[in-house]
Amino acid sequence: MAGIVIDRIAKSFGSVTALQEVSLEIADGEFVALLGPSGCGKTTLLRIMAGLESRSSGRVLIGGRDVSDLKPWERGLAMVFQNYAVFPHMTVYENVAFGLAMQKKPADVIDRQVKKAAALLHIEPYLERYPAKLSGGQRQRVAVARALAVEPAVLLMDEPLSNLDALLRLEMRAELKSVLREAGTTTVYVTHDQTEAMGLADRIAVMYGGKIVQIAPPTQVYARPATTFVGGFVGSPPMNFLPVDSQDGRVTLGGQSIPVPGSGARILGFRGEDVTLAAPADGLALTVRVVEPMGSHTLLTGRIGDAVVRIVAPSSTAVRAGDVVGLRLDPARVVFMDPASGLALDAAA
Amino acid sequence: MTATRRLVFVSGTLALCAWVLVPIYLIALGAFGGRAGAFKWPKEIVPSNASLDALMLFVKIEGVWNAAVNSVIAAGLTMLFSIALGAPAGYALARFSFRGANAFRLLVLLTRAFPLAILALPLTVTFIRIGLYDTPLGVALVHTALALPFAALVTASLFTGIPRELEEAAWVFGCTRLQAFRRIVLPLALPGIAAAAIFAFVISWNEVFAASVLTVRERTLTAYLLTVLAESPLHYRFAGGFILIVPSVLFIFAVRKYLFAMWGVSSK
Amino acid sequence: MTQSRWLPYALLAPAMVFLGVLFFVPLVQTIVLSFQGDAGFGLGNYGKMVGDLNFGLSIRNTFLLVLTVIPLQVALALAMGLMLQKMTFGRDVVLWVWTIPLGVSDLAAGLVWLALLQNTGYVNSALFAMGLIPGPTAWLNSETPVTLFVAVVLAEVWRATAIVLVILVGGLQLIPKEFAEAAEIFGARPWTRFVKITLPLLKPSLQSALILRTVLAFEVFAVVYALGGRNFPVLVGEAYAWQRDNQNYGVAAAYAVLIMIISLAATVFWLRVLRVKPEVQG
Repeated sequence: MAGIVIDRIAKSFGSVTALQEVSLEIADGEFVALLGPSGCGKTTLLRIMAGLESRSSGRVLIGGRDVSDLKPWERGLAMVFQNYAVFPHMTVYENVAFGLAMQKKPADVIDRQVKKAAALLHIEPYLERYPAKLSGGQRQRVAVARALAVEPAVLLMDEPLSNLDALLRLEMRAELKSVLREAGTTTVYVTHDQTEAMGLADRIAVMYGGKIVQIAPPTQVYARPATTFVGGFVGSPPMNFLPVDSQDGRVTLGGQSIPVPGSGARILGFRGEDVTLAAPADGLALTVRVVEPMGSHTLLTGRIGDAVVRIVAPSSTAVRAGDVVGLRLDPARVVFMDPASGLALDAAA
Repeated sequence: MTATRRLVFVSGTLALCAWVLVPIYLIALGAFGGRAGAFKWPKEIVPSNASLDALMLFVKIEGVWNAAVNSVIAAGLTMLFSIALGAPAGYALARFSFRGANAFRLLVLLTRAFPLAILALPLTVTFIRIGLYDTPLGVALVHTALALPFAALVTASLFTGIPRELEEAAWVFGCTRLQAFRRIVLPLALPGIAAAAIFAFVISWNEVFAASVLTVRERTLTAYLLTVLAESPLHYRFAGGFILIVPSVLFIFAVRKYLFAMWGVSSK
Repeated sequence: MTQSRWLPYALLAPAMVFLGVLFFVPLVQTIVLSFQGDAGFGLGNYGKMVGDLNFGLSIRNTFLLVLTVIPLQVALALAMGLMLQKMTFGRDVVLWVWTIPLGVSDLAAGLVWLALLQNTGYVNSALFAMGLIPGPTAWLNSETPVTLFVAVVLAEVWRATAIVLVILVGGLQLIPKEFAEAAEIFGARPWTRFVKITLPLLKPSLQSALILRTVLAFEVFAVVYALGGRNFPVLVGEAYAWQRDNQNYGVAAAYAVLIMIISLAATVFWLRVLRVKPEVQG
């Protein structure tokens, strides 16, 4: 078991900067998700941890040991790849045993560990088969079993579920969480899927433009995004943003007076489910353009001024396209950002 | 498709198959027919007195067996050299992006725009000086220059087809670069590499010009046939032609799955 | 990839060195040799080459062959490739049969067609049976240059169409069916679909097939030699004869340089005529 320290890692490909001095500390046994859109540098950062990509500057420490200049085969990690990377010319058993065989473990130890990992991921019936005969989900299990069989100090996962269909993804997500919790492995998990990151991680590091813009537990990333980008990227529907003008530390919206840190132009952010519907006169007037019944709730999309706003309404709602409804915000749950920088303004400030 | 169009289509296909196969069948008849067969008039399309004797007679001619052995040696060496030199180059092209990669690709393409065998002309002088003239090794060296660009491009497309992630996975689980190549990449690429090797063999086995220019006594089969062409009787020529064709046809059968990897646009 | 700047170069070096020694050096040597004569450095060899009786003939014959054989081969290979696409049954067997000549050397191909076309050969036997000729007839000597030419064309088309076919089939496989289907939905007839969709998308394959074939066709030699000896002079045959029979390396080298220049010109020609714009490439 080991913690990871990323110390000012930077990476540029020619004139393109992929990572700008990223620092991150991951505690022993912690599960951290690197979340961000494609091109944000999350995969590059993971590959630098694995030694598969060279860094321009900075250090990577695993379990207190500086591994920055070590080759991937000298770092003692395990990794699950996006396309599984299950060796097609080896049986499932040989695949799962691969890392242990490379460590020259005795045959009985290998056998025990392979059986254990196979049991954990329910692939015992396929051990003698070749990967070509397996479905995508089964191959994914083999890839995870191969990684867990070596009982690694650190497990790196690069979008491991992105090639599975939606239902399988849901199933594997839950299973992965229980398996990794049990193993207590320090895990870094790269994903662009915010629900995966929310569901799995102890902490989420949201990356954008080669930087970590926020690192916090999932609920905090969701409720208190550090920037407008995080608010818009995390959560479905994304956070709504309205430009407001603060007068003496307060802003009045649809008859509601809400405290604002400082004064001047501000961006007010609120989640679609943090409002209550009211009569048009009793709140912020929203003209509903589209109504989408989702079963568990109904999604309303409309405009307030120039801003597109999405509201999560109870599925029992009778609102129809073209209606005007009033919104009442929960002052405790709104956030304010600086319009120029997009950074969140602390309510206390 | 309507019935008539179907008929035209099928008969066209069969006619084209016959266009390829009938001449081979007929030279086989010529090879097995012996002296009597060669001058028989008019000829019949079914074998009348074909026997292995005619072919054996040809093989026993002074120089033929030796020439066949030389051909096999030269082709075997060509196969060995072009894979040994070409596969690493192919791996470099497939796995690394580095300054000069495109220059190398261009060089390889350039060799295709040259009538390479003709470059054997000045090599005779050099080869006489260093003792490579009139040896299968010398022939193999020139043939390798012909086959190497192919081997490099074919293996490059083979290695490109093996996901990089497989190798990376092997590294992460403790394989050094060499171990990962031996345990993961090589087993997966082996059939394709074998096909490329066979192709190199065929290139050498079939080459006439350079082999003729670079040998006098230690001829390869093609060089031998070319030089004795004018003075040898017809049935010997047919026997020689038939013997040239057989291994190549078998080899093409063996590598048929890889033909497109070898000649497709990807290997341009 | 991990930090390993030297590794690709180390992997490439053996091939580079080899090609340097056995491609570039002889290339330069050939050029130098072609200018070296008994009278010192100069154009003497070229003068001797041009002054030779067979020179004009071999130029004419070689070009005539290239210009006849290559269009035939491309048309035939295209037809075969399209037939293969339509084939629902036995495609693999047919493809194998059609690619057999890929393994046949030009010398062997010449000998195969010699068996068919010699005086008492199978073609004559067939013609005799049909009552078209009175007895064994010679087609392949210097008195019958036209039939000798036809024989060489037949042998070349028989042997070397396969390579064009393989390249074109490879290219056809890369064209998604959806394009032709989309064109069909918009009402394009088969011929229009072929001209407007298939042919333009096949351009890269056509280009590489034509370059390869043209360069090889200018090297034509053993087929001709097997069928007609020196009755039908071609460029490489002359180079061979000057080196072998006349022991004159200089004139042979001059021929080699000429063939290289023609080959390069042909390559440049195809590169320009069938230019593939980078943004159109898939």
